[in-house]
Amino acid sequence: MHELSIVASLFEILEEKAKEKKAKKIISVKLKVGVLSGIVPEFLETAFNIYKKDTIAAESKLEMEKVPLKIRCQQCGTEIVKDDFVFICEKCDSRELKTLSGTELLLEKIEVEV
Amino acid sequence: MKKKEVLVLEELLGSNKKIASEIREKLEKKGILTINILGSPGAGKTSLLENIAEKLKPDYKLGVIEGDIETERDAERIRAKGISAWQIITGGACHLEAKMVGKIFPDIPADLDFLFIENVGNLVCPASYDLGENIRCVLLSVPEGDDKPKKYPKAFTTSDCLVITKSDLLPALPFNLENAQKEALQINPKLEIFTTSALKDSGITELIDYFLSNLHKLRQKNA
Repeated sequence: MHELSIVASLFEILEEKAKEKKAKKIISVKLKVGVLSGIVPEFLETAFNIYKKDTIAAESKLEMEKVPLKIRCQQCGTEIVKDDFVFICEKCDSRELKTLSGTELLLEKIEVEV
Repeated sequence: MKKKEVLVLEELLGSNKKIASEIREKLEKKGILTINILGSPGAGKTSLLENIAEKLKPDYKLGVIEGDIETERDAERIRAKGISAWQIITGGACHLEAKMVGKIFPDIPADLDFLFIENVGNLVCPASYDLGENIRCVLLSVPEGDDKPKKYPKAFTTSDCLVITKSDLLPALPFNLENAQKEALQINPKLEIFTTSALKDSGITELIDYFLSNLHKLRQKNA
């Protein structure tokens, strides 16, 4: 339930970017949300819609892309999308894995009106 | 009127990460090992800290930051042991953030050996916030059940050590210790696992040895 705090950080970046680009308003906001990002997309959307009132993004639409957990085995090089959070290579049983994606909570892009 | 797409690619928690990195760097320079303790309400975070404080205080100087939604109760419990404690009252927020720790920073004595941060009781939100710690320690108490690691993956995948608490209750409850350890290692093979009871004073010396070896490593790096 820390989505409101995340949204507050998001608006800090949005306002900074809007100023930088001399935007009149923000039309859309696109986020990348990893399955291991620790947030609930539905709560984030609700928080976003409450927070946006009276801001430069008041009429904006929030879009979220869910990013699956993808890992690479450091032993055999296999890349797999995991849905069970078991950090063991399915091919060679190695536990030396590198997380490629799925933990991010990223503001990817915005669309603005200038 | 013109529409324009702007690529941003910024982490939403980027500002927290930046503050956390600054805190970590400053504390490391002072030779202070910082430990962030996560766990559900009632998992035994304060009791574990009281026990650790008793054992460490003859030879080491420690400080404790207590995060709670309300009251100074936990800080008072730690101060009663003769240890410096700072209470952060979040006033409703379910986790600590690096900037809250940053506010306490000027009060932290430079000659500490250990700084413990007891996070707000919650297995979800605190997992997303780096506080500038060197070691993240997640607690799982026996009454909570052995199925928690996979139910709360973020807390367990981002931690360095797992402390199973209230092990004195193992004979009374259907908690499968082997299963808890196995599941935790499946989602995080690098986890160091300790099984403890603050009440019966068992397993805590091993946990302290782990902290001490990390303090030693930190100071070797500084030397």
